[in-house]
Amino acid sequence: MQGAIDSNPTATPAVAHEEHQDLRVLGLLTFLASEFLMFAGFFAVFLVFRSAIAEWPPAETEVELLLPGINTIILVSSSWVINLGTKAIKQNDLAGMRKWFGITAAMGAVFLAGQIYEYMNLGYGLKTNLFSNCFYLMTGFHGAHVFIGLVLILGVLWRSRRAGHYNDVTHVGPEMAEIYWHFVDVVWIVLFSLIYLLTLL
Amino acid sequence: MAQADLQVNRPEAPAGHGHPEKWKWYDYFTFNVDHKVIGIQYLVTSFLFYLVGGFMAVLMRTELATPDSDFLSPDLYNAFLTNHGTIMIFLWIVPAAIGGFGNYLIPLMIGARDMAFPKLNALAFWLNPPAGALLLGSFYFGGAQAGWTSYPPLSEITANAAQTMWILAIVMVGTSSILGSVNFLVTIWKMRVPSMAWDQIPLFCWAMVATSLLALFSTPVLAAGLILLLFDINFGTSFFKPDAGGNVVVYQHLFWFYSHPAVYLMILPIFGIMSEVIPVHARKPIFGYKAIAYSSLTICLVGLFVWVHHMFTSGTPPWMRIFFTISTLIVAVPTGIKIFSWTATLWGGKIRYTTAMLFAVGLLLMFVFGGLSGVTLGAAPFDIHVHDTYYVVGHFHYVLFGGSVFGIYAGVYHWFPKITGRMLNEPLGKVHFVLTFIGTILTFTPMHSLGMQGMPRRVAMYDPQFQGLNQLVTVGAYILAVSVIPFYFNVIWSWMKGPKAGGNPWNAMTLEWTTASPPIIENWEVLPVLTHGPYDYGFDPTAEAPAEEAIVPK
Repeated sequence: MQGAIDSNPTATPAVAHEEHQDLRVLGLLTFLASEFLMFAGFFAVFLVFRSAIAEWPPAETEVELLLPGINTIILVSSSWVINLGTKAIKQNDLAGMRKWFGITAAMGAVFLAGQIYEYMNLGYGLKTNLFSNCFYLMTGFHGAHVFIGLVLILGVLWRSRRAGHYNDVTHVGPEMAEIYWHFVDVVWIVLFSLIYLLTLL
Repeated sequence: MAQADLQVNRPEAPAGHGHPEKWKWYDYFTFNVDHKVIGIQYLVTSFLFYLVGGFMAVLMRTELATPDSDFLSPDLYNAFLTNHGTIMIFLWIVPAAIGGFGNYLIPLMIGARDMAFPKLNALAFWLNPPAGALLLGSFYFGGAQAGWTSYPPLSEITANAAQTMWILAIVMVGTSSILGSVNFLVTIWKMRVPSMAWDQIPLFCWAMVATSLLALFSTPVLAAGLILLLFDINFGTSFFKPDAGGNVVVYQHLFWFYSHPAVYLMILPIFGIMSEVIPVHARKPIFGYKAIAYSSLTICLVGLFVWVHHMFTSGTPPWMRIFFTISTLIVAVPTGIKIFSWTATLWGGKIRYTTAMLFAVGLLLMFVFGGLSGVTLGAAPFDIHVHDTYYVVGHFHYVLFGGSVFGIYAGVYHWFPKITGRMLNEPLGKVHFVLTFIGTILTFTPMHSLGMQGMPRRVAMYDPQFQGLNQLVTVGAYILAVSVIPFYFNVIWSWMKGPKAGGNPWNAMTLEWTTASPPIIENWEVLPVLTHGPYDYGFDPTAEAPAEEAIVPK
């Protein structure tokens, strides 16, 4: 029986398999597919309430467009900036990567600060009504994800201080941070369309 | 790919490079990244929670032996009801079938040394014990009262602290489930031994692909719903508060978008176990390999679009009832394909009546019965009459106990020699099977009748006219409680003193049987090379046919 399935010590394909390719990017993409569906759940809830309630948003919980609009421009353009960073490291340009990642982190921080500023100046809180429930929960959850992305970028910057840690062949860390950053960006575009554009137009 | 990159990806050095020869007992209590250790951690933990959940069931059945509420206080009954369901689903069947067998078997079946992300795997397991502690700890605050579905508004007005702990526990096991699914998918996709094509992987792995996809796409939606519920209870929002404009049915949609697929999460891996156990013990190639593999994926796909059949009485509009009745009945087709394929595999086989095989055949019988009552419930006109009665309880226990638990038992009897290196005691196993079989029929069959007569589920008190059948059910539950004694005794005794198993006691053909029992730390000294398909029984293994001819034709 044992002979039927051959554990042949001279077999070369098995040895070639010993070091498998780096699968972390694939794992992250699979995870983000799942993560996106959590946001999809929130989006669905928002749309249900929006269609069921006549005055949406209610008069006392209007949103304004200027600050979130600027924030959107910052976050969306930061996706290009971080891409310049990974392009740089793929050409072994460590200084370039650190520069672009630093700018991305700064843009992310400005986005978060802008969101907090918006929260403080809206004049209503989480509990005010169903719209404000949705507004704070969805933007808050997205903000938490931006924060995680920011921590990832800072982590990459921290690790990049070690000589040779990232180079033109070893750059999975920056790549994953970039993918995650694109993810929060895409979620924000949907969120911005739902909460701000659909509400105002 | 460069050497440096690969080093980063392999936290564990290859065999013989800094590993111990064998794990010590205390390694099983640590953040160990070996998939076999994690598989055993999942299995042992879930079998402990099985006892806890079963104990709650016995107490509830004792209460239900009489119509009055005289043994447990109504609040305690509610807490047991809620936590029995929650523990049996989230800390017993899911971790045993998916976490336990999935982690232990997948790398061994596909010729990999470990899962794709070992650390993530360990993290996924270690989310489970704290979740269990939260559920048990919630009894200090009265225990969650609102049933495992935790529908608002009930869940928002009863035992707030305990309900919050319940939500956190479910979010933790849900996260564990997502991380596990990422691992399974990437592992099966990318880590197969090079000689193994997609149509040569064992059917258990196909089942796990379908399971993982389903968990990946449905679990986050439940998380979204539970987060909203958490905010409603603790932070003053009103998503599910009708008096403030909220909508309770929205919760039901979010809940069932996960929790109906959760039914398939609990049965698809079991279908995988069936497809392994039956050909080995019937000594025949599996009938309809591709049909079984693709029907798993079909169940996964269709299963995402049937959830409203739990909500036929929630003010569902007629077009929705029609759509979801039809989609629900369609699920019976791929399920039937599997049932017929296993039956055809048994047909004319040289059947060995091992305990594993007995449980597999028992599962076939139970699942056909539970599946048929499922078809009746899927039809909206009938469902509206028996909704929230014991008919539903009878149905889902037939598929979850008669299906999933029988399958887990079959899996344990089949793979115990591989996992521990020792054989289980067969006569004791048969005693276990007979007790379980009789207990299952006695416990869950009368429930259908009670439901048809109108006995509502979830309550501690009932009309005296239902007492006779309820006492029969209670006797059945006691038999089931007794049935686990020979099993646990058998497992503990055999693990210590059982006869040595050898590498391949069942003469099975899948790759996990090509290594020692228990397998060495990195599974094989040298990775195996596939010379035939996973179910090529009936060929003469000593015949000198060229290896290529034995491979499953493409």
